[in-house]
Amino acid sequence: MKRRTFLKAAAVTSSAAAFSACVSKEAREAFFQKDFRSLSTDEINKVIKRLEAQYTQKYGKPFSVSAKEPIPDTLFGYGLDISRCIGCRKCVYACVEENNQSRDPQIHYIQVLEMEKEKGIDFIHADMYYDHEEVPHEGNFYLPVACQQCKNPPCVKSCPVGATWTEPDGIVVVDYDWCIGCRTCMAACPYGARQFNWGTPHLPEEEANPDTHFLGNRPRTKGVVEKCTFCIQRVREGRYPACVEVCPVGARKFGNLLDETSEIRYILENKRVLILKEELNTQPKFYYFYGT
Amino acid sequence: MKRLGPAILLFSLLVVAGYQTAALNETSLQTTGNDQIDIQVPPPPLSEDFFPCTMCHADMEVNIERRELEEFHDDIVLRHDEENRWCMACHDANNRDMLHTASGQLISFEESYKLCGQCHGPKLRDWKEGIHGRRTGDWNGRKEYLLCAHCHDPHSPKYKKLKPEPPPQKPGTIK
Repeated sequence: MKRRTFLKAAAVTSSAAAFSACVSKEAREAFFQKDFRSLSTDEINKVIKRLEAQYTQKYGKPFSVSAKEPIPDTLFGYGLDISRCIGCRKCVYACVEENNQSRDPQIHYIQVLEMEKEKGIDFIHADMYYDHEEVPHEGNFYLPVACQQCKNPPCVKSCPVGATWTEPDGIVVVDYDWCIGCRTCMAACPYGARQFNWGTPHLPEEEANPDTHFLGNRPRTKGVVEKCTFCIQRVREGRYPACVEVCPVGARKFGNLLDETSEIRYILENKRVLILKEELNTQPKFYYFYGT
Repeated sequence: MKRLGPAILLFSLLVVAGYQTAALNETSLQTTGNDQIDIQVPPPPLSEDFFPCTMCHADMEVNIERRELEEFHDDIVLRHDEENRWCMACHDANNRDMLHTASGQLISFEESYKLCGQCHGPKLRDWKEGIHGRRTGDWNGRKEYLLCAHCHDPHSPKYKKLKPEPPPQKPGTIK
């Protein structure tokens, strides 16, 4: 045996031994966890059990992590009535509470853009930092933007490791354990919908939402990308997303695009509808409309 | 048009069934499309200090004269086609716990949307479809509606301005 080969083998053996010896079983399992789509049902159950124990201990209350599959014959679509939205930002904070985003550093999935009525939809002159005493402010209208759940998503195409994909019910999701934090998807997204955990997410124990989904609102770690999932943990149970329920003016609508009696289908068939940056061929399933 | 068929049928059924009660219960109504969907309407936002109206009005003489109210209800500011209308345009003079439509048909406070819909037809249509106004509950099951009066003060229906939640942190201030 050559000296070099011996040293190589020795190094590998000893580091493997050291890894097994000083690392807990949980940490070892987490390290070797495969990407979500490669996991068998048994493996998913094992992963979920480990995560539930981990979150329960960390946040001091029982956590549930679901891996509930899509409801058959369902393709989710979202409607937002631009003529109704008053820019109160209640959706922004309801989303943060529901989806366990980091409070500090702050992560918001929804950006409410204030625009001038005279200019129309104009991203360059839009302001998301408006701070009026009362809204709607005279002469302005509001355009909340979050993930557009594109049918042709550039973020998914750009991910070098396959950590983000479109589920059969149309929701674009991220496997936070498979994401390498390269932020290519953020550069690819034309809507600024993806957020990065630059620091360790801070989620106060008392504010943590313990009803979670593996591909949705389970707690994230530093260095991963996250985004709106239409509240996957709620909508796969048949409920409306949190932003829909909190909107005081009822500007937010949600439903199954494949169900011709759904609210979203009524909007598509009867209202003036637009999608953002249509020319990019991203084919959003997020439809802005004029209810008036 | 085929979507409206079942709705008209159901609404006429509701009316035939004598759906006129002054009790402030949860009401349910069927909308168009999916007949399985049960939509719950919470009770109308009436103050217990004032409702039922007959608590006071039962013993009072009816005065339909248009006038400035002084002792009671003087806090109500009418900003809703006030040039042409007054209390009795909607409230019934003879049956104080009820409202009435332009044709004189009595309707309960739970069904006040029918009164609003006389002028605001397209809004009533969209509301029944779940497009106007907030819906909560299940996107594929039981939904909860609000009545017009839950969001719009019938006497002054323009939606009131709100204080917005705080703006997001600017990237420069994040450490």
